[in-house]
Amino acid sequence: MSRIPVDQQLLDACAALMLLLSFAMLSQRRIVSLVNLYAIQGGALAAATLLVAWRTGEGHLYLSAALTIALKVIFLPWLLHRLIRRLEVYWDTEPLLNVTGTMLVGLLVVVFAFGLAQPITQLASTATRGAIGIAVSVVLLAFLMMITRRKAMSQVVGFLSMENGLFFGAMCATYGMPMVVELGVALDVLVAMLVLGVFFFQIREQFDSLDLHHLESLKERN
Amino acid sequence: MRPADWLTQLLEIVAALAAAPIFLGWVNQCRAWLQNRRAPSLWLPYRNIRKLFHKDAVIAQNASQLFRAAPYVVFATMVLAAAIIPSMGTRLPLVVSADAIALVGLFATARMFMALAAMDIGTAFGTLGARREMMVGFLAEPALLMVIFVASLLSASTALPAITEHLATQTLGLNPALAFTAVAFTLVLLAENARIPVDNPATHLELTMIHEAMLLEYSARHLALMEWGAALKLFNYACIGFALFIPWGVATGHIGPVGLMVAIPALAVKLLLAGGGLALIETVSAKLRVMRAPEFLATAYLFAVLGLLVHVMLGARG
Repeated sequence: MSRIPVDQQLLDACAALMLLLSFAMLSQRRIVSLVNLYAIQGGALAAATLLVAWRTGEGHLYLSAALTIALKVIFLPWLLHRLIRRLEVYWDTEPLLNVTGTMLVGLLVVVFAFGLAQPITQLASTATRGAIGIAVSVVLLAFLMMITRRKAMSQVVGFLSMENGLFFGAMCATYGMPMVVELGVALDVLVAMLVLGVFFFQIREQFDSLDLHHLESLKERN
Repeated sequence: MRPADWLTQLLEIVAALAAAPIFLGWVNQCRAWLQNRRAPSLWLPYRNIRKLFHKDAVIAQNASQLFRAAPYVVFATMVLAAAIIPSMGTRLPLVVSADAIALVGLFATARMFMALAAMDIGTAFGTLGARREMMVGFLAEPALLMVIFVASLLSASTALPAITEHLATQTLGLNPALAFTAVAFTLVLLAENARIPVDNPATHLELTMIHEAMLLEYSARHLALMEWGAALKLFNYACIGFALFIPWGVATGHIGPVGLMVAIPALAVKLLLAGGGLALIETVSAKLRVMRAPEFLATAYLFAVLGLLVHVMLGARG
């Protein structure tokens, strides 16, 4: 068996950890833990970015890792925790599909994602291309989470996790997007989060709950 | 095959038979210490078995031949399983006859006989235990097979000794696929051996027991064989875990006295650590409701499949 360098091993471990955390988020019903898992996933992403930066010597990746830590490990989880406390939503209601079912669908999604990533993996020339499939599955699993959850809060965490996956994918395929794009995306996520925070309060004001299926009855009321 | 190999084979079987009750006693002892109780003697399982062998057997009137035969079948399959797991050396003469998939089949045979014997008498508890055991079993088996498939893919063989040799001679490194499957295997081990998150081996509380419910009608030598078989099963599972995930210390190649000198203490140390770890897991986790067991085993399956997928994906680097 050929010897794999240590940094490659660590990178593989980070990628595997991100996939694992996506599944953990999929199965977690406590919103506080969900936010913590999101923060850990951000940490894994930052570690992976640092590793790639160290390996390739691309200076802007250090900056993007710092941005990831500041935004996804510290600021957004803090904001979400504050929102949880103020809105007093600690548990999601029973998801549309039970946990075991969601997990099995998640596995199929990962198989699909790996199939999807196969041609890209063959085209890419980066040393990290093996992890592209994992990035695609993180995105799709976050999608699945947004589909199966009812509370607005967990859907937002799903949305944020999807952004983690996109970021990771870009890094694996091309060693990161240009700095302008990265800054733009980071800003977008930040603004989206702030706007959604305001939305939460509005939704609760209207329906006394953050359960999104109330929104479905809007049409019939008018 | 050289006579030394046959000697190793014999030594492995005898060691398994002798060490299994002690290993069980060690786990119980660790559990007692962790729970601030006074620990029972390490030899308690032995004394228990000896006591049971000296008693007169009582068998229900409507018991069939199957009920009498089941303890011998269960015990024999466990001994056979112990014979093909490379716990000390990898050149075992009996191994050529069965690979890891056959090993899973052996465990399944023992489980089936146990469940049939439990239903044979027709008491409510026996049937209840048998049904629950089959529910746990049919969910744990795919997970165990998946774990073995990942290890087989890594070393291009389904024979346990070949897998062990491959993994033991490989350079030490972080392998996410193996890490995932190790977690999956631990979960399967807990479920299959009636340990705490799924079943409590120390309880006779009607509503929660699985394994004990199947043994309620057994007494004397039959019960002794069943309990020894259960201890052997735990020992076997631990040895499969060592063979797949921590194979260092096992004598690869043709075993000599020097290889054995290393292999025996290595196995003892691994068993000591594994027993402590198992007791720790059992102490910190609470027993799940029976209906949550599928969720637990689905997690095990998930981990195993994730290990497989991660191996396929990250291994495609080429």
